[in-house]
Amino acid sequence: MAWVDTVLQGLLLGGLYALFATGLSLIFGVMRIVNLAHGDLSILAAFLAVVVVETVGWNPFLALILVAPLMAALGYALQTLVLNRLLGQGILPPILVTFGLSIIIQNALLETFSADSRRLNPGGIETASLALGSGLAIGWFPFITLAVAVLILVGLQLLISRVSVGRAFRATSDDQEAAELMGIDNRRLYGLAMALSLGIVAVAGVFLGIRTTFTFASGPDRLLFAFEAVIIGGLGSLWGTLVGGAVLGIAQTVGAKLSPGWGILTGHLVFLAVLLWRPQGLFARARRVD
Amino acid sequence: MTSSTAPIQVERTTRASRAGLAAGAIALLALGSLPAWGDPSTMRILVEFIALLVLAQMWNLLAGYAGLVSIGQQVYVGLGGYALIVLADDLGVNPFLAVPLAGVIAAAFALPTAALVFRFHGGYFAVGTWAIGEVYRLLIANTPALGRGSGRTLKAVFPLARETREVTTYLLALAIGVAALVAVYAFLRSRYGLGLMAIRDSEPGSETLGVDVFRTKLVVYVGVAFGTGVTGALIYLNLLRISPDAAFSINWTAYTIFIVVIGGLGSLEGPLIGTALFFVVRELLSDYGAWYMILLGALAVGVMLAYPQGLWGIVAERWDLRFFPVGRRVRVD
Repeated sequence: MAWVDTVLQGLLLGGLYALFATGLSLIFGVMRIVNLAHGDLSILAAFLAVVVVETVGWNPFLALILVAPLMAALGYALQTLVLNRLLGQGILPPILVTFGLSIIIQNALLETFSADSRRLNPGGIETASLALGSGLAIGWFPFITLAVAVLILVGLQLLISRVSVGRAFRATSDDQEAAELMGIDNRRLYGLAMALSLGIVAVAGVFLGIRTTFTFASGPDRLLFAFEAVIIGGLGSLWGTLVGGAVLGIAQTVGAKLSPGWGILTGHLVFLAVLLWRPQGLFARARRVD
Repeated sequence: MTSSTAPIQVERTTRASRAGLAAGAIALLALGSLPAWGDPSTMRILVEFIALLVLAQMWNLLAGYAGLVSIGQQVYVGLGGYALIVLADDLGVNPFLAVPLAGVIAAAFALPTAALVFRFHGGYFAVGTWAIGEVYRLLIANTPALGRGSGRTLKAVFPLARETREVTTYLLALAIGVAALVAVYAFLRSRYGLGLMAIRDSEPGSETLGVDVFRTKLVVYVGVAFGTGVTGALIYLNLLRISPDAAFSINWTAYTIFIVVIGGLGSLEGPLIGTALFFVVRELLSDYGAWYMILLGALAVGVMLAYPQGLWGIVAERWDLRFFPVGRRVRVD
């Protein structure tokens, strides 16, 4: 039963990773860039929530009402003022600029909030659990995280299939030039995609901060886990990110149970194994060969 | 028929490169004789300077010429450093001789690593190399023989007199710096370098012209791993104390990228200017914690947005200066 419990906890942890992965996957899907500051932006959101909690005295969940739109606005500004200027210059400039941002954000967080680890306290729910019988129990908070991840994925699915902005996302993803010829304003669209991505990242960052402690340096790991979930699930597959997150989460909890210190490493090794034996991921969307 | 009578000549040197060669020879003479007249603190700073310069030249070759934008070069700094400790302390190899050997070990690890990371392209190559960096860091942090998370100390140099160690380390660093510069320059001027630049400009185009893209990239990746590994060993020969968190820190790659981007990607002069600027900014802001990284990051982002060719690119274009010409110019008499 202990192993079933471990796998169950890993599955729920996967919900959190799916939240991180969704934003990354969206950006890559729409504009074919990898935002290397993705993880650090989530930690920035968590610190912003700390500020809101400490100054206004709100519950961290409520703080998201401020933090998520703020991060979305930052995303729109980042894309339209900075990243759009690098369009059409090849792969190198967006990688280097987002990497520079990653290092800037980390060190700015260090200077502003010191190296101390922080945590967001939602007032009891993080320790409450739901008994499933025969000794199994799941935490309410991990369950809520997974539910939110599923809700966000359903929302995104509806957006890209039913709403005109979402259809424009898909059109640009399939063929940027043709989409432009059809009258789609690429630059504004990219701004919206980044805003959406960072809005989701804000949710992920705050949920991370409730689940565990974080420091200024927690960002890169978030980026790597998100990336691994995307690759395991299969590039371009929205639901694949949920499966990828779950596989990564289970690998980490099972690894940690086998030997403390091997949790994260086991996650990485499973990722490498998937890369070797199924490089297109578990749920790759059928794609045109570039 | 001699080439002087031919109507068309291909020039591979410039006036600046000939003057630069003379200036370089004088500078090398001055630097080589430094132990006779300089103090140990200058030598220590120069070892660090040369180490960062070589890391920058290596990353520049990888990203600026081969288009392999790796965020995981700290792997080879760390592997080089640990290889030095194992070779010198556990296997009894002379610690100075162990430095180039550490590069060979780093290159040996680069081959299987390439098999994994070459499955990625562009942005995913960048994150993929970063993830591999974490794998190596965690593997070493979980290895008892390598001191786990707390790392190890290089003990093999303890019997040496402090001055002998410092002077030898410095001269070794100087040799590594010169060798790296000459090797990169010679490689870029060779036909492989020409193939490499063709790949950078158009991968499918170069393939149709007969350039073996995969092979060329692999040679560069493994060669750069060797150079980075040697530098990692040099860094830890200078520091004497290694830990997985420091040796496999993303900061090695961050310093390197900022240096190359600010100085000028895709030129040999750029990293030189970038490294000098890095040291100036770091010294000026040494009392302000991590602000130098914020400033350097902002400078790199600004340069990327406004002058993608970097500071050297501006100078080279304005005055048509090329101290290390890797191209060919056709002159019609």
